[in-house]
Amino acid sequence: MLNIFKIALRNLARYKRRTALTSLLIVIGVCMVVMFSGLAGSFKSMMIGIITDSSIGHLQIHRKGYFSSIDTMPLNLNMKGQGYKKIAETLDATPGVEAYAPRLKLGAVLSNYMESTNVRLSAIDPKREMAVCTSLAGRMKQGAPSPGEDLLRKGQVVVPEKVAKSLGMKPGDSVVLVATNKDGSVNGMEFQIAGIIEDIMGPGGKDAYMHIEDARSLLRTEPGEVTEIAIRVSDFNKLKPVTASLTATLGEVKNNKGQPAFELHTWDKLSPFSNIANMIDLMLVTVKIVMVAIVLISVLNVMLMSVFERVREIGTIAAMGTSPGTIMSLFVAEGMLLGVLGTTLGLILGVGGLLAFKAAGVAFSFGRMDNLIVRPDINPGEMLFLSGIVLVASALAALQPAWKASRMEPVDALGHV
Amino acid sequence: MSLIELNSISKKYLTGEVETEALKQVTVSIEKGKLVTFVGPSGSGKTTLLNIIGCMDKPSSGEVRVTGTRVDTLGKKEAAHFRGEHLGFIFQSFNLIPVLSVYENIEYPLLMISRTPAAERRERVMAVLEAVGMADQKDKRPDQISGGQKQRVAVARALVTNPEVVLADEPTANLDHDTAHKIIDLMKKMRDTYGTTFVFSTHDPRIVEHADVVHGIEDGRLMNGNPLVQGGNDHA
Repeated sequence: MLNIFKIALRNLARYKRRTALTSLLIVIGVCMVVMFSGLAGSFKSMMIGIITDSSIGHLQIHRKGYFSSIDTMPLNLNMKGQGYKKIAETLDATPGVEAYAPRLKLGAVLSNYMESTNVRLSAIDPKREMAVCTSLAGRMKQGAPSPGEDLLRKGQVVVPEKVAKSLGMKPGDSVVLVATNKDGSVNGMEFQIAGIIEDIMGPGGKDAYMHIEDARSLLRTEPGEVTEIAIRVSDFNKLKPVTASLTATLGEVKNNKGQPAFELHTWDKLSPFSNIANMIDLMLVTVKIVMVAIVLISVLNVMLMSVFERVREIGTIAAMGTSPGTIMSLFVAEGMLLGVLGTTLGLILGVGGLLAFKAAGVAFSFGRMDNLIVRPDINPGEMLFLSGIVLVASALAALQPAWKASRMEPVDALGHV
Repeated sequence: MSLIELNSISKKYLTGEVETEALKQVTVSIEKGKLVTFVGPSGSGKTTLLNIIGCMDKPSSGEVRVTGTRVDTLGKKEAAHFRGEHLGFIFQSFNLIPVLSVYENIEYPLLMISRTPAAERRERVMAVLEAVGMADQKDKRPDQISGGQKQRVAVARALVTNPEVVLADEPTANLDHDTAHKIIDLMKKMRDTYGTTFVFSTHDPRIVEHADVVHGIEDGRLMNGNPLVQGGNDHA
């Protein structure tokens, strides 16, 4: 087999220009995929990181039926304190769960005594929330907590940047929150602004934060009542098994109707960005298909030309007694070597390009987020997979010309002019 | 028993709707160790005859035995195997593989066909290189040597597997007179050294005199069905 590759390599070297052109096409294809995969992959990971680490968490648990009405934040679908306690016990006992945080979600009117606007509030347990959303503090535009300090204390709220700007609010100002509880009665409480947070989520950038105990007072809920539990897993790659384990365990807890009392949703079900992430994946698959097509067409073309130009040579080696199988292997080996050459150079150029991007620290904006720095992924597994695809495609493309060569009758081939 | 036996061989080709009979009831026997030539004008059927002996073509009727094996019934793969094991070929246009050096061209059948171990390969290649006087040119590529040298390499390549029969189709057609004589002399020398049977076709009367046995062929028939010349050397 080594001899076959040795001769195949020499044949490629014999047609330098053609080999170089074909390899160049493969190099461009592979380089394009490596670059796109690295950049798009890093963008996707970065965005998922931002979304999960600064607001959503990796997965959330709600009372059954809440998710379908999540936009209206229905207070009558909150979990009771007992339900939360049961879930907390399960989470404490589940390996792979790093942290969890209870939240009450509510809509309210925020007023600075002169003007008012409606906001969507996440009422949080600051310590637990910061353990789940590790980047939350980093989103603070003003009044960011010092290390070890909580995002807010009781009696404080964090308001979104856009609202703060439009109502002229700043940290330390007094504001009033007015909310309607689930019985329909209205209650208002005064708060102090702890800080201003950048907008990334929610319609119109109106997501504010308050302490969960304050929310319970404002809404006059039962003790321990929560809307959702946000969870952080210790290894994001193990999100699926952890979710499956929790679904199985919590699925055994039934409500009055004998149905599961809770529902679990991973980040991709909770964020519209998952559609963009899916689109990125789809584009990546498309780019890979284009690359495979480039490899197939270019290798097929060059190998057909090669067979056509070497008919007499094929006749000679067949006359000498080279078996049809060996002749076929010879041409398949040439195709594969073209693939190896193109892949190697393509990977080198692609990785080099990604490293250059990394070194340059290119910044970009996405939505309301500015100065996001590109940190391209260089995934060895992906590179290996890519190399495998190209090699298989090269061998497949060479198969037909190789088969054609192996089927030639020596007499016809030797008589070819 | 003869080394090669052709019994009532006919070969018909269909070109469009026209049938051409390239060989007509050819019966011939070739003894071991002879330098045998088929002489005739272009289109007389020499190449077809050599192709049939070389298991590269099948007769339309008749029986072919080479080294005792019925070869006209062999499949493609078996025929390739038989050629690799028992036959050597020399072509009019030398047909050396351009990407390989002189040494590697000769080594090719041992490497790719008979899969001979490396040490033995080297020994055999060097032996034939010495025999054809090309040892000092072994590292050159085919495009770096003359036509006569190329044919020497082709002779060496045909002999390196120690075949019982070497078939040569117009081996001197592309060579000048002197070089052609040298190649025929080389073939005789190789026959004497290795006891190989050489069967070649030619339409050049100047080299016919070197053959042990000369068969005339015209319009697909052997002239009188008997050798035109019976040479004096007997190496059988």
